[in-house]
Order: sequence, then structure tokens, then C-alpha cells
Amino acid sequence: MLDKKQLITIKGTRDGLTLFIDEVCSYDLVVNELHATIAESSPKENEPVVSVKVQLGNRFLTEQQKKELTDIITKDHRFIVESIESSVIRREEALRWKEHSDIQAVSRVIRSGQVLEVTGDLLLIGDVNPGGKVVATGNIYIMGNLHGIAHAGSIGDRQAFIAASFMKPNQLRIADYISRAPDYEADGVYMECGLVDEEQDKIVIDRLQVLSHKRQVLSGFERRMQNG
Amino acid sequence: MGEAIVITSGKGGVGKTTTSANIGTALALMEKKVCLIDTDIGLRNLDVIMGLENRIIYDIVDVIQERCKLKQALIKDKRFDYLSLLPAAQTSDKSAVTTDGMKQIISELKQEYDYIIIDCPAGIEQGFQNAVAGADKAIVVTTPEKSSVRDADRIIGLLEKEDMESPRLIINRIRNHMMKNGDMLEIDEIIQVLSIDLIGIVIDDDEVIKASNKGEPVALQPNSKASIAYRNIARRILGETVPLQSLEDEKGVLYKVKKFFGMRA
Repeated sequence: MLDKKQLITIKGTRDGLTLFIDEVCSYDLVVNELHATIAESSPKENEPVVSVKVQLGNRFLTEQQKKELTDIITKDHRFIVESIESSVIRREEALRWKEHSDIQAVSRVIRSGQVLEVTGDLLLIGDVNPGGKVVATGNIYIMGNLHGIAHAGSIGDRQAFIAASFMKPNQLRIADYISRAPDYEADGVYMECGLVDEEQDKIVIDRLQVLSHKRQVLSGFERRMQNG
Repeated sequence: MGEAIVITSGKGGVGKTTTSANIGTALALMEKKVCLIDTDIGLRNLDVIMGLENRIIYDIVDVIQERCKLKQALIKDKRFDYLSLLPAAQTSDKSAVTTDGMKQIISELKQEYDYIIIDCPAGIEQGFQNAVAGADKAIVVTTPEKSSVRDADRIIGLLEKEDMESPRLIINRIRNHMMKNGDMLEIDEIIQVLSIDLIGIVIDDDEVIKASNKGEPVALQPNSKASIAYRNIARRILGETVPLQSLEDEKGVLYKVKKFFGMRA
């Protein structure tokens, strides 16, 4: 009975193969069947390498199981695994996503010597005085004067940006990029934002309006939904 | 029940001790009972500015280490009965005083006096912690210089963590011609950065130094600009509404001060 039902379905697209794995059968069965399927359909020596997407449906796999599947698929180097997708994630992971994408609103003055660190995006209503520092894992929005240091995407998100009503910072930091104020006395700028420019490979400051086409997805949560 | 006000700044040399002496004197001139406390253990100055150096027998460390009673250490001012000074020790260091000891002394003094003015040492270490421990209010002194404003900002941040009212600001040593030329920070610029209420401005007046050297606080003089400024600050502490002193007869600055004052009021 069980054998007749197809546990693994392969569909070819222009970009490669997609492997649909049945979401209710036991993991052991998947492993067995996968061995057979891969042996059958593996490209021959002279054919090009094919990239494979694995669709798990509502099945949850641990990191170790994912690695095992990847090993089976890629064992004779004719397939490469592009991604393993599942519609379910663990609760902790979901909470972590949420935490990293919430906006924390804070209303106070960050004075010299003070550091405000938040997980997720920071909405600060108030000033960052010279010598003060704000750090967020997501974006930083400041309704006030930024005179001190702002560090957005502190755990490595280069897509993060810093927006402020008035900007004359000591330093702007985004992920691992750092830029500092020029040595000559410069005037601050109103309603601008700092973001990483991929082409120039550095932080640039521009009008707030550019955000609407350079960073269309502001929320970290949506960003994660789209990119995993 | 009296009120304890700490005079602090973070940076050294901006005029904390001079300000303490003069506010104390000005309040005493208005017939308030005032006690000045010098908490700069090891580098005491307040007694010199008040001209009371020769009368010191016991000091604050003697009180805390129970070598004498609080009353024995208090020095009555030679000019008014309303003013007393609790001097700092010159031989110990700042670790000789504890925050609990300070709180104890201040709560005792509050029974007797209307105002207790605490002169804080420079820095943000133990000496600062001791000075703010028993205070109900704080006045931050700054000069129109970047470094001094930066330190004032830091101090305000530390004071916000203490259990007291939002501190108020004195801008000291204002040099009118430099401010006019843009060589010094402007008053509204400083207030914008520090975002606390201004309680007074004091211009840089030669009389202050002369008076300090004589051991006569400048607030005793009837007419000098600095004297009027300190007496105005004392009146504001008492809750009166007093307009800010005009810096000079120049219209530019006067206009700005007025504009600023209008903004606040």
C-alpha cells in the first residue's frame, strides 16, 4: 500500500529541479526513497550540474536532518542543493524573528556617556547628544537631533539604515561599516538618512525620500519572510 | 525642613565653588538660614573663598568618623549669623566619606537650615557620588565651551539616575564679545543640547576673582554684574520670577536672550 504512494515528486523548472517531499510519512521512509530517487535521476557524467530546491511542506527538520538530506542529494556531486524550504519554523525562532523586527519606541535624551541598545528597530523621540550612542539590531529612526553615534544593524544587517530629523553625527555605523564626520567644521543636515551603498561599498547620507526606492521593505519581519 | 542643593559640573575650573559661595551668600542676604558644605575632600577651597580658612577646627571627615559633633564642626560666617560652613578635610582623601555618612549629615542639617548648598568636587567618581547622595535638587554649572558642555551633559545623565528633580543650569563665565563674534557657544545652543531649565547666567567679571582672593564673596557687592547675577539666581531658587540679566547694552545678544526667555516663559 504504502509503497505505491509517491513520497518524493520531482518537478523540473528552468532554474533546476524542485523536490517535493511528502509531509506526513516518516523521516526514515523519506531517506530510503530519496536514495532511490537520486540514484535514478542523477545527471550523467557529461551533463551539467543541476541545482535542486527541496520543498518540505509542513514537515519540520532539524539542522542535522537537513544536512543528512543535503548529503544524500549531493553525494556524487551532480546535484547542488540550492535551498531547503519548509512552511514551519520552531517557536523560539519565530519569537526571535519577532523580537528582531519589533520597533522599540523610546522617549528620552541620550546624553554623553550613555548607551541605548535595543533588539529590533529603534524609534527614538529625543536627541542623541555628542558622546552618546544608540545601537539597534534593525533600523534606527530618530525624531530629534543626532549628534552622537548611531549603530544600525548591529549584528550584521547591511540593509539597515539610520534616519534622523537632524543629522550631525560623530559617527554612523551600519553592520560592519563605520563612517565618521569630516574633520572640517560642517553643518548638519535635516531629514536625511544614512545607508550602505553597495556600489561604493560605504555608508552614504542622502535625503529621506531615497528610502522609498532603495529600501522598500522597511520591516525586518517582512524582510525575513521573504529571504528566510 | 530644609532643602539640599548640590552644585556640580563634571569638569573642573568652571566655577562650582565660587557659585556655591555666592548662592549661599545671596540666600543668606535674603535672611534664609544657609549651610554650605564643601565635599572636595583633600582639595578644599570653599573656606578660602568665604574667608573662613583660619577658623577651621574640625571638618566633615571628623564628623563622619565621629571625632566631633556636627555642631562643633560648623563654622559661623563672620558677616552673617544666617550662614554656616561645614569645611572639607585637607588631609584625607575622598574615600574617607561615605554616601550614608553624607545622607546622615544632610538630614541632620535640614532640621536647622532652610538651604544646604553642597559644593561638589570635579569628576564623576566617589566624591561626586558622595556629594549628590543627600541632595534633593541639583544645579549644573557650565561655561560656554564645548568641553565643559560635554561634561555637563554627562553629569546631567548621571543625575537623572538619582532620585531627584531635573537639574537646573547656570552658564558661567560668559564673555560677551566672544559670544558676539561666534567664538563661544551661544546660550540657546547650550540649552538646546542640554535640554534642562536655565536658572541663571553669569558673565565673566574680574570682580569675582578679586573678591575671591579677599575672601569676600562677590555677591556682597551691591553693583557688580556678577553679584547681581548671583542674587538673581538666589531669588529664582526661592521661586521668584526674575528676567535674565542683559549681558551688555548691545542689541544683538540682548535680543537673543529676550527671545530665548520669551520662548521658555
